[in-house]
Amino acid sequence: MKASEEHKKYLKKLKWNTLKVIFVQILILILFITIWQFLSDHKIINSFLCSSPKKVLETTINLWKSNDLLIHVWVTLKEILLSFGIGTIIGIVFAAFLWWSPFASKVLDPYLTILNSLPKVSLGPIIIIWAGANQNSIILMALLISVISTIISVYVGFSHTNKNSIRLLESFKANKFQIFTKVVLPSNINTIISSLKINLSMTFVGVIMGELLVSKQGLGYLINYGSQVFNTNLVITGVILLGVLTSILYFLILLIEKKLKKDW
Amino acid sequence: MKLLELKELSKNYLTKKKVICALDNINFDINENEFIVLVGPSGCGKSTILSIIGELENKSGGEIKYNKKDIKIGYMFQEDALFPWLTVLDNCMLGLKIQNKVTDENKGYVKSLLKKYGLSSFEKSYPKELSGGMRQRVALIRTLALKPDILLLDEPFSALDYQTRITVSDDVFKIIKEEKKTALMVTHDISEATSLASKIIVLSNRPSVVKNIYEINMDGTNLPSENRKNPKFGYYYNLIWKDLDHYES
Repeated sequence: MKASEEHKKYLKKLKWNTLKVIFVQILILILFITIWQFLSDHKIINSFLCSSPKKVLETTINLWKSNDLLIHVWVTLKEILLSFGIGTIIGIVFAAFLWWSPFASKVLDPYLTILNSLPKVSLGPIIIIWAGANQNSIILMALLISVISTIISVYVGFSHTNKNSIRLLESFKANKFQIFTKVVLPSNINTIISSLKINLSMTFVGVIMGELLVSKQGLGYLINYGSQVFNTNLVITGVILLGVLTSILYFLILLIEKKLKKDW
Repeated sequence: MKLLELKELSKNYLTKKKVICALDNINFDINENEFIVLVGPSGCGKSTILSIIGELENKSGGEIKYNKKDIKIGYMFQEDALFPWLTVLDNCMLGLKIQNKVTDENKGYVKSLLKKYGLSSFEKSYPKELSGGMRQRVALIRTLALKPDILLLDEPFSALDYQTRITVSDDVFKIIKEEKKTALMVTHDISEATSLASKIIVLSNRPSVVKNIYEINMDGTNLPSENRKNPKFGYYYNLIWKDLDHYES
């Protein structure tokens, strides 16, 4: 009886602790919005340059009313999902190829390192020339930015697979494909998920960069257009919408992670 | 019956700077139902012999004669290497899956082994729920699932604490005897070797040769933990201790 009561107390404490964290997190958000509103209401900051929560809300509602909001969000989301999906698949397949062939991985190592440190944004203009001033350029841009780091981090995970596990499969006379599917891939779920998280933020950077360079729709376009007509409300609304989009996608990845690892 | 004969087996490891001669002219036989233990100073190439017999490494010279057609060799490692993402049953079925031998009969065999050795209620559990001793039993069943003719045990207990080691030694010994398997084990622990073995092969320092072979006879097949209390235990222990001591100093 006593032990179970102690356990109850312990659980209560745990719950209380998480509640406290969430409470303070929300408090910070509310405080930030209130102070921001307060400062612009009392003309301490210039609301023309810094906007205000009310104006952001207004802008969002106006965008919604003119049917633009969903279009812009959807265009950006589509580009992100597309480049994220393609980037992830290319990254994992290429990493698998490098794991498969130690020769290739040795040969390509310096090239990957150089490509990884090269600021891909500098390729923007040439990408537009190659792929045209359309969505293809945006997706290509995002891919260039995200795929190299995915390849590198997933490959590092693959090549650090537990040697004993591989030996075990060799003792069963497994072929290389079986070793990959039975050990290397499942034991690297964690690596893959964490590289997905990085990949996602890289894809965001790439897509928005691309949209700033060429686009007629999307949140990047909205931000770019806003700055050109000096409408800071639009710029900040675009940035906040982006933030919301990132968090939703991030939580989706967390959900997938939880589902994949629910038993072990 | 001789299952396997090692003749003038040698192994060199090549590095940039030099050639390391690990094994030099190793000769011994493995008879059916024997429990052979290889002991020797650390780094003398005990595990290499297992790797070569199990075809995980190539030999540099000599010959291994397998006196049975399609001889099957099972391997058990120091770390149990159970996959955390597979259930106990799926872990045990791993080898069968890889060799495309998942039949109702084989699955039944695995399940009967799990039942026999007190693990059937854990079939659907994941390895993290098992104790160290249970994990080692699962690892052994995973190896037995392929019905090997010879079991190669590479320091299978050294990751366990002393207490668990003794009980798991008993478990593994019992299982191997009941399933009528032949075993070749490597250890650096003399008392473990003396308590389990029917024959002990002492290897010398690198480059390794067979220094001595001792038949262990403690009157009947006893459990390893009982052998440790046998009056002859100390005698064998000292013999091997002296053999090794000379090289360690």
